[in-house]
Amino acid sequence: MNLFAAIFYVLGAIIVIATGMAVTRRRTMHAVVYAVVSFFATAALFGLLGAPLLAVFEVIIYAGAIMVLFLFIIMLIPRTRLERDVGGGLRWLLPGILSLVILACVTVLTVTAHGSGQQLHPAMASPSDVGRALYVRYWLVVEFVSFLLFMGLAGACFLGRRQNDAKEERP
Amino acid sequence: MSVPFDMVLILATVVFLLGAICAMARRTLIMILLGVEIMLNAAGIAFVGASLRWMALDGQIFVLVVMGVAAAEIAIGLALAVLAGQRCRAAEADDLSGLKG
Repeated sequence: MNLFAAIFYVLGAIIVIATGMAVTRRRTMHAVVYAVVSFFATAALFGLLGAPLLAVFEVIIYAGAIMVLFLFIIMLIPRTRLERDVGGGLRWLLPGILSLVILACVTVLTVTAHGSGQQLHPAMASPSDVGRALYVRYWLVVEFVSFLLFMGLAGACFLGRRQNDAKEERP
Repeated sequence: MSVPFDMVLILATVVFLLGAICAMARRTLIMILLGVEIMLNAAGIAFVGASLRWMALDGQIFVLVVMGVAAAEIAIGLALAVLAGQRCRAAEADDLSGLKG
């Protein structure tokens, strides 16, 4: 157990615990803040696994943009309607059992698979290499994602237009 | 680094299943969207681990794509959640039962 493995297991424990807290919190605001903790730990894990560019993007996009958007929306919706209840144990029972079965199956499949137990060796993909591969080999994917983001922008603008405009549009 | 690749996959599976539980068991629209985000994040963990396992950059590039998809999805999803709150006074998925679904 060297330093890298120790950091990996600590970060994995933080991710699992913070995500579990985020899933079970009654107050939505607390859940989102726990999710931010989970995403920060994921960013550190990306850095450990040799993806510094993705670690930065994880902080900027996931922990920064998306979670702040969540916080804004929570402030827009009245609090009493958000925190009615987390529900009884029965509603968590079936998803929990299904998830445990799936986890057992995946664990057995992973451990018994051919070539399992492969150790990860530390490596670092430099951001310039990632950018070059992205814009040389995968330029079409970049175009598709930009189109998707544009559609998201158009859809959000359409959904967010004011009520008066909607009434005026009707003939 | 004496971390087997299996551990990365199992970690990604655990986080993915936690997100799935969140999307299945919670009723608030915002918590369902948060569960979807957690699931996409878990997929990213698996991609980055596989990228290191096979020493290929494709996995990291696909995580960038997933981040773009997550951003677009959350923009539309949260706009819909706000709209449901304003027009139908609904904050939970069960409140939107106009189609008797």
